Amino acid sequence: MIKPTIIVVGNGMVGYKFCEKLVARSADFNIIVFGEEPRHAYDRVHLSEYFNGKSADDLSLSTFSWYQEHDITLHLGDPIQDINRTAKTVHSLSGITFQYDFLVLATGSSAFVPDIPGVEKEGVFVYRTIEDLELMKAYAPKVKTGAVMGGGLLGLEAAKALMDLGVAETHVIEFAPRLMPRQIDSAGSAMLQSKLKELGLSIHLNKSTAYIGGGHKIENLHFTDESVLAIDMLVISAGIRPRDELAKLCGLQTGIRGGIVVNEKMQTSDSCVFAIGECALYEGMIYGLVAPGYEMADIVVNQLTAGSKLFYGYDMSTKLKLIGVDVASFGDAFVTEPDCRTIVFEDTHKGIYKRINISTDGKQLLGGILIGDADAYNMLLQTVNNKIVLPPNPEDLILGARGGAESEGTGVMSLPDDALICSCEAVNKAAICSTVSDLGITTIEGMKKCTKAGTGCGGCVPLVKDLIAGTMKANGQYIKNVICEHFEYSRQELFDLVKIGQIKNYDLVLDHFGKGDGCEVCKPAVASILSSLWNDVIVKQDTIQDSNDRFLANIQKGGTYSVVPRIPGGEITPDKLIVLGQVAKRYRLYTKITGGQRIDLFGAHLNDLPAIWEELIDAGFESGHAYGKALRTVKSCVGSTWCRFGLHDSVSFAIEIEDRYKGIRAPHKIKGGVSGCVRECAEAQAKDFGIIATEKGWNLYVCGNGGSKPQHAQLLATDIDKETLVKYLDRFLMFYIKTAEPLSRTATWLNKMDGGLSYLKNVIVNDSLGLGAQLEEEMQSLVNSYHCEWKEVIEDPALRKRFTHFINAPDEKDPSVQFEPMRDQVKAKW
Amino acid sequence: METIITTAIDWVLACYADDVPANGGACVKLRNEQIAVYNFARRGEWYATQNLCPHKQQMVLSRGMIGSAGETCEPKVACPFHKNTFSLLSGQCLTNEELSIKTFPVMVDNGKVYIGFA
Repeated sequence: MIKPTIIVVGNGMVGYKFCEKLVARSADFNIIVFGEEPRHAYDRVHLSEYFNGKSADDLSLSTFSWYQEHDITLHLGDPIQDINRTAKTVHSLSGITFQYDFLVLATGSSAFVPDIPGVEKEGVFVYRTIEDLELMKAYAPKVKTGAVMGGGLLGLEAAKALMDLGVAETHVIEFAPRLMPRQIDSAGSAMLQSKLKELGLSIHLNKSTAYIGGGHKIENLHFTDESVLAIDMLVISAGIRPRDELAKLCGLQTGIRGGIVVNEKMQTSDSCVFAIGECALYEGMIYGLVAPGYEMADIVVNQLTAGSKLFYGYDMSTKLKLIGVDVASFGDAFVTEPDCRTIVFEDTHKGIYKRINISTDGKQLLGGILIGDADAYNMLLQTVNNKIVLPPNPEDLILGARGGAESEGTGVMSLPDDALICSCEAVNKAAICSTVSDLGITTIEGMKKCTKAGTGCGGCVPLVKDLIAGTMKANGQYIKNVICEHFEYSRQELFDLVKIGQIKNYDLVLDHFGKGDGCEVCKPAVASILSSLWNDVIVKQDTIQDSNDRFLANIQKGGTYSVVPRIPGGEITPDKLIVLGQVAKRYRLYTKITGGQRIDLFGAHLNDLPAIWEELIDAGFESGHAYGKALRTVKSCVGSTWCRFGLHDSVSFAIEIEDRYKGIRAPHKIKGGVSGCVRECAEAQAKDFGIIATEKGWNLYVCGNGGSKPQHAQLLATDIDKETLVKYLDRFLMFYIKTAEPLSRTATWLNKMDGGLSYLKNVIVNDSLGLGAQLEEEMQSLVNSYHCEWKEVIEDPALRKRFTHFINAPDEKDPSVQFEPMRDQVKAKW
Repeated sequence: METIITTAIDWVLACYADDVPANGGACVKLRNEQIAVYNFARRGEWYATQNLCPHKQQMVLSRGMIGSAGETCEPKVACPFHKNTFSLLSGQCLTNEELSIKTFPVMVDNGKVYIGFA
């Protein structure tokens, strides 16, 4: 059988998606693709990220090998010149002629350049392709003042691009009386405008450009109101123009204002020629977004493979982040009273504007606009699209339920099965839920692999996550994060119960809130809670401690222990170094510098630990808590005292911080770092908290870690003084100690936190829970009750006695421990 | 618990009851063998096993945490190295079928702890 040949003209996002969908459905076609651009299909939606450091490769949607694997012939940089519909052939620039059975036009659109005198001048650009961006990039360094013509979605993206390129002063010129006239109303525009002004953009509305002034190069813009704006660069983003010239040339029907006319099967006036994406004109409308383009691609694939799916228009709701400001519009955003009831919420201080339009009977959501905070977008859009009956207080939709339980019936699980969740990949709710139930997929990564949901624009990811959690819960799969079989509580719940009950020992906690006899999971978890609450000497309840905490040292291969005294900030005197050397020699300990700027002494017999510590404490050392889920070290660089780059004294600050938090027990170990300047020699951004000196003070980063899953710490506060920093750190650490799950580092804790960093920032910096003072007080009481655990042990004969290997032969050391020589030291032999 | 009196068991004095911490273990050396003795004070029970964890051949079980598993509250000890748990009744490893440890009968009389050798 000879396979029918399909020629695709255009290798943009929609043309590529068509190929992807077709090869997924059928191998019965011979596919040939012609692209005008020199590169293969790339993500045009995220074009402005090209200036944020993303490369053309990052934006690329595919690779050459993908085309090879699927037997698709790809001709790049070779635009089709004409189409002979009678002979069913296409002819390319390089002179190739091919015969087709079906032709798919995915020629997209070009930037619409209005007919203004002077557009040919040097310094005038359009914003459409990677090549356009490269031209802009090359030109921008010479530019002080730039302007974008067009205050629509793309225009604002282009303005962001200019800011990213370092143009000092950027203007946006819009003909209409508001920004984004197709998406948002005047009040929303005003809010957006004030947000953008704060970010340094100058916005000019109601401006019609008469001509572009200057000689060879652009110098200024002259407006019809006779005002003039001096600029040295102009980016035109005044809309798109469908690429329909090929279609016109071969006599296909096109619209008066451009666009290739198609029917609901995406067929043009020639039934063997289809048009999809931004070049297609359906019922007088061009769909200038990627999701409807993908839908059109799907329709054609469906038609070619004997399906009967038809196109009935497409929802043009959008949500995007414009220069850091959320903007969304959905459903019928512009319907006004008396045809609807409109509810508006405005917070000029925070720059939030929300509007929802509700049917006059109050039952249905018709559409709306969100500026500044678009978290509710997905749910609102689903409510419109699925005609979900509104709750009695529809204002809750934008204000959030106030008081009482969250109202029923508005959660994700109440959506109908056919609710479209991922519009880019056309995945509905039923598909996601059955992937969870039938295939056991419970992660977003797994869901992306199985269904492709969330792989397009990514906007539906929060909704997909909620659906996964909701389905698991409905299946009874959802397991509450209980500590273990003995406690039906999360760590946080147990923490509060123990605190309220003022309970200070493990057996009582188990009697009150648990069952059975405990285990190796709940014992150390409760030990940590007791310690964080009451800060008693932990060895008084030694048998609920993990063996490291039980013997206040780290158990090593062979059953020996290592000893790590505290060396705050990594600063140590020569005298103390000598003592460490003497102790190591006396007890034949292997010595090594640790990653946290301390000295580790390995190979100590259990029996020797108290004597070793007695000598160390006499020399002024303290326990380093290397064995505990507690503060380990605060690493420092040498800072302004010695370093010629140092801005502040990082060593002193590190010592101060380490001394403040030493000994405090937490759900997991805590590490810190203080760097004296942005060169960051202390690697503070790899720590649970990192402090970096700035010209004006200190920056505080939180929730980083090294280890098996390295994660950089994130910026919590900028340019703060020491006092404020300690205050934030008190709150942060105490909040972590009280709410994290057992053995969860700060990074994991943050990753699981609803609302992530912005929530954490609100709690710590803005004190949104009103807990600030309490957290500081609780931390202060832990700081005040600090004690060196080893000092307590060596001074108490009963505690000291516990450090023996054989209780029936206390002086005898474990005979199974043996050493062998290694590089002038010893190592354990076992 | 252990009330079996048979002539086959040889009871050897191991230590004093208050040498072993409540709800924890300690190691004794008897007949050239390292034996872990557990004072399960919460249940008023005593247990003894070999001190060697068979997983990585470490002499550490006496330093492990004890507790119970499941509805039947099977008494167990967790090795401090890799948290394998062993039944204190049967010696069977509860986390790795292939492992098991030796258990010994224990008798406490007048504040003295005796380990039974067969």
